[in-house]
Amino acid sequence: MSAPHAEQVTSALPHEPEKATLEGRNKVLAFWLFLGGESVLFGTLFATFLALREQIADGPSADELFKLPTVAAATFILLVSSLTSVFAIQAMHKGNRKSLSLWLIVTVILGLGFLGLEIYEFAEYVNHEKFGMTTSAFSSAFYTLVGFHGAHVLFGVVWISLLIGQLAKKGLTVVTAPKIYVSAMYWHFIDVVWVFIFTVVYLLGKVG
Amino acid sequence: MAHAHSVKRHTGLMDWLTTVDHKKIGILYLIAGALFFGIGGIEALMIRWQLIKPMNDFVSAQTFNELITMHGTTMIFLGVMPLIFALMNAVVPLQIGARDVAFPFLNSLGFWTFLFGGILLNISWMMGGAPDAGWTAYTPLSTTAYSGTHGVDFYTVGLQIAGLGTLIGGINFLATVITMRAPGMTFMRMPMFTWTAFITSAIILFAFPAITVGLVLLSFDRILGANFFEVSNGGNPVLWQHIFWIFGHPEVYILILPAFGVISDVIPTFARKRLFGYSSMVFATILIAFLGFMVWAHHMFTTGMGPVANALFSISTMLIAVPTGIKIFNWLFTLWGGQIRFTSANLYASGFIPTFVMGGVTGVMLASAPADYQFHDTYFVVAHFHYVIVGGLVLGLFSGLHYWWPKMFGRVLDEKLGKIGFWFFIIGFHLTFFVQHFLGLMGMQRRIFTYLPGQGFDTLNLVSTVGALMMGVGVLVFLLNVVVTTRRPADAPNDPWEDGRTLEWSIPSPPPEYNFKQTPLVRGLDAYWKEKMAGHTEMTPAEPVGPIHMPSASILPFVMSVGIFVAGLGFMYHQYLVVGLGLIVTFVCMAIRSLYDDHGWHIDPEETTEKGVKA
Ligand code: HEM
Ligand SMILES: [Cu+2]
Repeated sequence: MSAPHAEQVTSALPHEPEKATLEGRNKVLAFWLFLGGESVLFGTLFATFLALREQIADGPSADELFKLPTVAAATFILLVSSLTSVFAIQAMHKGNRKSLSLWLIVTVILGLGFLGLEIYEFAEYVNHEKFGMTTSAFSSAFYTLVGFHGAHVLFGVVWISLLIGQLAKKGLTVVTAPKIYVSAMYWHFIDVVWVFIFTVVYLLGKVG
Repeated sequence: MAHAHSVKRHTGLMDWLTTVDHKKIGILYLIAGALFFGIGGIEALMIRWQLIKPMNDFVSAQTFNELITMHGTTMIFLGVMPLIFALMNAVVPLQIGARDVAFPFLNSLGFWTFLFGGILLNISWMMGGAPDAGWTAYTPLSTTAYSGTHGVDFYTVGLQIAGLGTLIGGINFLATVITMRAPGMTFMRMPMFTWTAFITSAIILFAFPAITVGLVLLSFDRILGANFFEVSNGGNPVLWQHIFWIFGHPEVYILILPAFGVISDVIPTFARKRLFGYSSMVFATILIAFLGFMVWAHHMFTTGMGPVANALFSISTMLIAVPTGIKIFNWLFTLWGGQIRFTSANLYASGFIPTFVMGGVTGVMLASAPADYQFHDTYFVVAHFHYVIVGGLVLGLFSGLHYWWPKMFGRVLDEKLGKIGFWFFIIGFHLTFFVQHFLGLMGMQRRIFTYLPGQGFDTLNLVSTVGALMMGVGVLVFLLNVVVTTRRPADAPNDPWEDGRTLEWSIPSPPPEYNFKQTPLVRGLDAYWKEKMAGHTEMTPAEPVGPIHMPSASILPFVMSVGIFVAGLGFMYHQYLVVGLGLIVTFVCMAIRSLYDDHGWHIDPEETTEKGVKA
């Protein structure tokens, strides 16, 4: 019984509320492990993409397709959202629930902005460039890799939104803090993945 | 301080559907694993019956393909993996002095997703045909061009769901071992079974996501018309082989390491000696896991990777024999000079050693790329992997089941029946598979549904089939043993083998739901043995008697798995409304889990002492 259980800590929040209970520490640890698995998942998708990126069959090539300005905007939005999620955690460590919620809301809005741009991009490709899932091996690999990332962003947006609701209802406690902390870890992770997508898919597509 | 949370304690079926107790989940894994093991076994017997004589027509070629595919897939993913998880659930928390796993809820979720994935895969028999492209599902054989039924879709979707459950289980056990150890239970004092469970979980974590992606790609090709493996649109079938084996080879170590762990716990107990070379065992386990990730292409020597790649993968593969050899010698040195008792558990463990060595030797033979051009896709390979999987893992599982049965059920399995079962099984095993080495060397290919007479294959195939029937008898004797034993009173003492060395033997059989009334203080390797040698009969407690916090039961994992199952079926048949519905069920359950805090409940000290008296 080295650590108190969640509901036994009621008084003032400790500095790192996410690690105050055994449950909290377990959650953070397991989430690191989970991200290890996610890295293999994206690693395999990247490897697949790299193996197939030249195989455009009768479809457009990466160079013809990609418009860097939209992608750059999306990248910028997502990077900023990582920053705002850092601010959120800083607010949490200061025990400032208002500012925490605020930064989480900003993060969600930025995430939605990113998703909007991505959907717009995909729609352009499908409708105007005749570039769909079935066009070529390159197209399949592109949609699967980028789409998997997009689905992760969508999940993150829904998840963080639910957490904002919980925060309003339950307040910042040693139960809610670990959840918010791991959601921030998740958010940074998908941000890092995007950095790789930006480089490997888009930049390499333009120059390589 | 004790909170009087009012808790609903479920009974009967509801108890099993909602349980988050690792001991009960272990039993669920055992039942489900045994069921699939039985199905896979019947498939195996049907395969062997078809091959009993040349030009047999017991089953058609198509059915034969379905049988071999489902046999391999079922045995590996739905038979032995869950049986490993059964032992891990039943034993690991007890061996580290924990009251439960780190995530009881996830533990239950892992089980139910595995089960529903397995069910999905198996209903393919009744829904237009089972998968027929081999357990390796090589493209292009597994693409819609050559496999037109929904069979392979059942494979991709079913394995995806079952794999998710395995991944969840892996993460749970990693976290459990890292954070839930009792005071004094340092890493280098952990029993070997716990160590191997830990390392196996780590391999699961890093290997399963690869097959997740592979299955996604294959199902996208088949269901959405993507082009990953479609050559005419730029796809690459060899990519599948790489992804499959980057997962597939680590998978074989996921399977064998826990068996190593069982053997390393059983042999010291029945030799009355501490394990020889404990630290080198730990080191070898870690090294095997590490090397296991760098050898995948030894399954692809004949694909045409070129001499450089073949040479590198040859060497890395042969290297694995070194840590494996270390283990073999450690077991032998543990037995050496011990006061050996050949209980059923120890018979299986001792039978394991030579049998597994034979599988390792053929493994090193296969690792030589030029020789593999001869061996590849013949019965020689079939013999190799059955020696390591059946002669290794399955013997290990039987050993572990006999050994920990009293801890799981409070009854010692009948020794006489146990030994009869063992002899049937191991003799049958060697009859079945030893001759297959020679069939392979003589040129009999694997995965062919029949053969012509006059090639010298006839007698050996007959022998092989007879052996398979004997193995079947061995398994039936084990089942009979279970039935007979279950009808006896549950009167196993804490330490039924009397020479138990590890923590699980210091508590009642079966343990109360909180395992340890007081968390034990661990003072060395073989913690319980150490106390015995100091003249104690119990562990020294590390805490005063107090209320014990328990997690609440929940039906959500079950419902979530049903949701995933429904979504998977919908995806296969392009019913995207059904997919949405299933996913919504799952995600709503997730949200409910997140929104309503689970405070758990407490067991009061009065209750624990009352129960403690019984033991
Ligand atoms: C010393 C250790 C081992 C070595 C050097 C080794 C080597 C090999 C090689 C080179 C092959 C490919 C043969 C071919 O397809 O031509 C192979 C196949 C196989 N091995 Fe091993 N192996 C070892 C241990 C194991 C263990 C411990 C297991 C499982 C518990 C295992 C399971 C398998 C399976 C399932 C296959 C066949 C897969 C298939 O094609 O369906 N091996 N092994
Ligand atoms: Cu291998």
